[in-house]
Amino acid sequence: MSAPILKLRNICKSFGPIDVLNDISLDICPGEVLCLLGDNGAGKSTLIKTLSGVYRPTSGTMEMDGKAVEFNGPRDASSRGIATVHQFGGTFPLMSIGRSFFVGVEPTRGWGPFKVFDRKKANEIAIHAIQDFGITRIDDGDRLVGGLSGGERQSLAIARAVHFGAKVLILDEPTAALGVKQATHVLRIVNEAKRRGLAVVFITHQVMHAMAVGDHFAVLIRGAIAADFRKGEKTREEITDLMAGGETMAELEAQIDGYMTAHDGHAPQIAGAAV
Amino acid sequence: MSSKTASQPLAMGQTSTSSNVSGFSVGGLFRRPEAGAFLGLFGVFAFFLVFGSIDFLKPAGAASWLNVAANLGIVAFPIGLLMIAGELDISIGSMIPAGSMTVAIISGYYELPIWLGIAASLALGVFVGLVNGILVVRTNVPSLIVTLGTLFAVAGLVLGLSVLLTGTTSVALKAPALAKYLFGQFVANTFQVIIFWWLALTALYVYVVHYSPWGNWIFAMGGDKISARNAGIPTARLTIALFVLSSTSAAFVGMCQAILFNSAQVSAGMSFIFNSIISVVVGGVLLTGGFGSIIGIFFGTITFAVVNQGIYFTSFDRNWSSLIIGVMLLLAVLMNNTFRSMALSYSPKKK
Repeated sequence: MSAPILKLRNICKSFGPIDVLNDISLDICPGEVLCLLGDNGAGKSTLIKTLSGVYRPTSGTMEMDGKAVEFNGPRDASSRGIATVHQFGGTFPLMSIGRSFFVGVEPTRGWGPFKVFDRKKANEIAIHAIQDFGITRIDDGDRLVGGLSGGERQSLAIARAVHFGAKVLILDEPTAALGVKQATHVLRIVNEAKRRGLAVVFITHQVMHAMAVGDHFAVLIRGAIAADFRKGEKTREEITDLMAGGETMAELEAQIDGYMTAHDGHAPQIAGAAV
Repeated sequence: MSSKTASQPLAMGQTSTSSNVSGFSVGGLFRRPEAGAFLGLFGVFAFFLVFGSIDFLKPAGAASWLNVAANLGIVAFPIGLLMIAGELDISIGSMIPAGSMTVAIISGYYELPIWLGIAASLALGVFVGLVNGILVVRTNVPSLIVTLGTLFAVAGLVLGLSVLLTGTTSVALKAPALAKYLFGQFVANTFQVIIFWWLALTALYVYVVHYSPWGNWIFAMGGDKISARNAGIPTARLTIALFVLSSTSAAFVGMCQAILFNSAQVSAGMSFIFNSIISVVVGGVLLTGGFGSIIGIFFGTITFAVVNQGIYFTSFDRNWSSLIIGVMLLLAVLMNNTFRSMALSYSPKKK
């Protein structure tokens, strides 16, 4: 395991009286996939927003490459190489691939005030970056992003982040809205990013997807890290149970089964409704 | 990636075009945002040539719709850009009379230098634009509501102030020769000089929107504001700048009208609200943002102006023109929707 690129130490974040993150310490290492698991409301999105500079931690420190950092907003974080890709890829449905790839950093040609957007160059670079990730189906930079499949859009967004020199790639539920086949696409791309030495933070609540690519897992429950373990140290059932807050799925199943046997196959009724 | 390779035909299927990828193609033309506007313009021209007379393409006839198009077009461009960026500005309806009243009161009623009046008129546009933009950005109230507020506020302000200051709602203005030459002359007795401003602005807008990097920012902002901001685009400043642009353009049109007609009225310009929105939508701009083109808005404006004026060249009763405009708007939107989904589902068929 190489030296961590990003180190969180005792990060807390509260919004007014509500503590959302509580004493989070994590190491994010290059060439590794860190899976952040947790149920809805566990604080996953607050944590990634803190990582990507949207929020400032209430207390605690962040270190990047061994030096303490504070981000003054998402732009600051991304200029230091922290890129966030959101659920729908953060791309623009009615823009062409080449144009959306370069939003904010448009390549230009010409001189002085007559700089024009270099469409050809933008398309070439964008297509090349995407095909590098193995999406060979995309070969025309003038196509509109909205015509791509969900998985392709995610891949485009990831390829974009990597192209612009991301060192830490934060993927916010990239597989949540995708079908099985599309999700495997994205998982392959995650693997490819890892192979290239990026530190990947992969947020999901699908344990299957996490197990497929993760090296390092952290389970968040109510804003605190409930478990921090490495690949192979826990089984899928154990992880699912952890995410559900310790209430084991097996117990719940047994409970329902038990009830149904005792009541001739009827599911539990709402108290009072049967009177 | 073995599951989906390039050799496999695309799942979204359906490409109604038989285009080749390299170079010019008819199919490619139809996928552009201005395709609907162009066909609409063509149709409208054909309609009035058949039912009207050739007169309306002769200089005198052309001037009638070019004058309308130019006045409308200068306002329609920034309205279109705002719409591409996902916003709307209807306060232009009172900014046009505000612009003309400002210059008329300052330079006509008080007889101060015309340049002061022009500067004040444009400055008022900048100010109202700033108010609109900052309110929209800071409060997140939909821009339709914000600008509806400023539409009435500015209208009331103009009416109140002009009655208070001049005691009337119509003020005469006698512009000196140079200002008249630049902003309010009739070229060849029929063409308003504003036509040339409009054409020059068209070129400028085409460059800024489709060739400079800023244009990309506007489209990105309309496509997905949060992603655009995350990509480092100053969305708040850009939004404010667009609002300033639209109300300043409206003030400019009002100012030119005052100089052209040697007078200004409190109540002129409300028709510009709907007319500019119609031009922009006929021009292929998506009401919800993210899609459109300057050339489309240009064609859309001309189409509107031709329908508006073309009726005079036919034997039809003038009262039918709104019907034609309404039908044309619906047809244009349907056509634009078709073309847009063609553009979305388009993929090269070379494999």
